[in-house]
Amino acid sequence: MKANLKEFTKGIFKENPVFVIVLGLCPTLGVSSQVSNAIGMSAGVLFVLLFSNIFISALRKVIPASIHIPAYIVIIASLVTIIEMVMHAFVPAVYSALGVYLPLIVVNCIILGRAEAFASRNTVLDSILDALGMSIGFALGITLIALIRELFGSGTITLFPVGTFSGVINIPWFINNPIRVLALAPGALLLMGFLKAFFDWNTLRKKDR
Amino acid sequence: MSYIAILLTFIFINNFILVQFLGLCPFIGVSKNSENAIGMGVSVTFVTTVASVVTWAVYYFLLVPFNLQYLQTLTFILVIASLVQLLEMVIQKVSPALYKALGIYLPLITTNCAVLGIAIINISNNYNVMEAFTAGLAAGLGFTLAIVLMSNIRERLDLQPVRRAYRGMPIAFISAGLMALAFMAFDKSLITNLHLV
Repeated sequence: MKANLKEFTKGIFKENPVFVIVLGLCPTLGVSSQVSNAIGMSAGVLFVLLFSNIFISALRKVIPASIHIPAYIVIIASLVTIIEMVMHAFVPAVYSALGVYLPLIVVNCIILGRAEAFASRNTVLDSILDALGMSIGFALGITLIALIRELFGSGTITLFPVGTFSGVINIPWFINNPIRVLALAPGALLLMGFLKAFFDWNTLRKKDR
Repeated sequence: MSYIAILLTFIFINNFILVQFLGLCPFIGVSKNSENAIGMGVSVTFVTTVASVVTWAVYYFLLVPFNLQYLQTLTFILVIASLVQLLEMVIQKVSPALYKALGIYLPLITTNCAVLGIAIINISNNYNVMEAFTAGLAAGLGFTLAIVLMSNIRERLDLQPVRRAYRGMPIAFISAGLMALAFMAFDKSLITNLHLV
């Protein structure tokens, strides 16, 4: 059980897909201008990664080695089509905000990477834990970037509208003093650079000890 | 939109890497020296151009008549994967020299967001086949421009004293961010001012 737990926690910190392995950059930077979009994208990745890991690990003895990549791509693309339809039907606002980045989950390196490196050679249970850990790691990474970009870049935090709550929280002071560049495209790249430097510095510091 | 406007839009205003973040993985991974960057850029341009036309044809001649538009993502990725494989074989047969130069980049392109991205953008912008061709070409050229500029910056950075934690990827992201800042100078007013709409 302890070994299983390790499969779960490794994706969150030690092998965090966003800051340590640096995979799936396009959506991480592309949809991180608002917290709500980051959460929507995380939900999409969680769904696709969880089910692709389940199907691929369950079918790992059936899929012939010579065509394994096309087979994985078909499984992943079908799952992406399902999540696209579900989001279009139930959360149209998130669907249109994610735009081209939602179908692009198909080519997100995290999904195919986990299928190839993990699900194709581990049991279903381990693969589920791996998918959950990796998805949570991705969600933490993209939400952190979105939170910083939105809070400092526009002075708001956008969540989902519930009842009379419009979904947008205005943060006093920040809303009158936004650092506009963070909300724009260059800000995403600059912030990613500084955050990656921070995580690298942290790793190096631990190694030095 | 005129063809020149499409070219300018995808090369400068909506540059795939610096503005839309499509194709970032090869942009960071293959930009360490300018020779590889040019190889990757040319390969991507080639594939985005051909893939734009082929996916456009598949969408309008296969998916639309049968009302299967919802299969867009699934079909496009399969078409692109087979196309890349096919291109690899054709280039190997027709021009061994070109294959030697581009061969190692081609397999990486299947999972490049830029290729699937331009195919989807062509459809959602309702482009006709010539516009799709132009957009594919321009997206590839924009990618090439960004990756070649980046590789030159990184070659110079190698000789600079960079703080340890910033070495490698962090400084690459920050350089890309500064480059993107420069690209902010190109916006939609460029097209209106040039009377291209």
